[in-house]
Amino acid sequence: MIPAPFDYHAPTTLDEAIALLAQHGDTAKILAGGQSLIPAMRFRLASPEILVDINRISDLSYIEERGDHLAIGALTREAALEGSPIIAKSFPLLLDTAKVIADPLVRNKATIGGNLAHADPANDHPAAMLAYNAQVIARCPTGNRVIAIDDLFVGLFETSLAPGEILTEIRIPKPAAASGGAYLKIERKVGDYAVAAVAVQLELAGAADPTGPTIRHIRIGLTNVSAIPMRAKAAEAALAGKPATDDVLEAAGRAAAAECNPSADLRGQVDYKRDLVRVLTKRVVRRAIQRAQGGRP
Amino acid sequence: MSQHEITVNVNGEKQTRKIEARTLLVHFLREDLGLTGTHVGCDTTSCGACTVSLDGEAVKSCTVFAVQADGAAIETVEGIASGGKLHPLQEGFWEKHGLQCGFCTPGMLMSARSLLAKNPRPTEDEIRHGISGNLCRCTGYNKIVEAIQYAADKLGADGKGA
Repeated sequence: MIPAPFDYHAPTTLDEAIALLAQHGDTAKILAGGQSLIPAMRFRLASPEILVDINRISDLSYIEERGDHLAIGALTREAALEGSPIIAKSFPLLLDTAKVIADPLVRNKATIGGNLAHADPANDHPAAMLAYNAQVIARCPTGNRVIAIDDLFVGLFETSLAPGEILTEIRIPKPAAASGGAYLKIERKVGDYAVAAVAVQLELAGAADPTGPTIRHIRIGLTNVSAIPMRAKAAEAALAGKPATDDVLEAAGRAAAAECNPSADLRGQVDYKRDLVRVLTKRVVRRAIQRAQGGRP
Repeated sequence: MSQHEITVNVNGEKQTRKIEARTLLVHFLREDLGLTGTHVGCDTTSCGACTVSLDGEAVKSCTVFAVQADGAAIETVEGIASGGKLHPLQEGFWEKHGLQCGFCTPGMLMSARSLLAKNPRPTEDEIRHGISGNLCRCTGYNKIVEAIQYAADKLGADGKGA
């Protein structure tokens, strides 16, 4: 399967890339890792007239701790996230996520920025970044724009990025003390999209309380159970301010199962997927609590 | 549609060709350079039969445009034997019966080579994880894992990397 013909540009600076996008408007697509775009082009699901390959722009790949947040360049490969000591130590939810994206060969090319900008509800980073309350930085012709992750995903494969903008950086707030996060994904086989997956980032109060900790703050993101990457806000509300008892967790799992909106497909029926969300929500919250108690954020 | 002249180093040899932008790296290798050891399996970024090394990283060459590789160093399965002697991985696949139909083998070899370059003494789990982007429909994988263990042992004994 051969993609439709297109014109190819490989700018070496962001300014040059922005100028190309301004010139070609929405006939142009940005090529990052290409691990979703190129398959879509081979199937002729996408036939952009212009490709702007950003891989030769040198300063878009980095993982840096900066004050109150972790900054990740949009072109950072999944394999680099997996191998990052900073992420392994302080951002286990992100490590969990990077490790289960596609397969090791794809992760050598695939980028975190592409995973988010593609806005596929089956992609894994959207749920993780929703749980982290991340921000993304978009470069536009007039400068940089900060977009809260809650405002990024607006439709199926659709973000609030304008056609002339390039996602350049992801910023993840540094977790507070007594925080924990985790991602759990059920997939039929390595390389497949999730049947369902749940990301959680939480902060405990009274972690040393002998009667058990209370969940102070929590954010939950869901993968591949809605048309737009979503937070499980009803489940968050069922957990925030409460001790993590079995009953509270069950109520949260049921809330997440009720508020998601999966479609039946080869990966399963709607009822099955909702029940997976219920079970995964409980498991992943438990894992995040263990990490918070064990000093892993 | 744009045409581009690209120069790549393939298995140590410089190659310059004029190609269409939409040419996938796997087709460039097979059809423009005649290196048909790199296979087209699924065409859906699933099977890994087209795996090559691109600037030292194992990638699926059906999911990279050839024009993106301009200036890069590429290694294919044709380049891993040296001086008429099989690479220890090739020897391992021979000795341990790591192939039946052989279609996935070039990709398996290139993935395994990348794995051993990063991790010369992988555990069985690490081997299975390392080749999880490569599908084999014949062997059930056990013989492939043994073949890679054979190569790791041999390379370790020789004191050489992959």
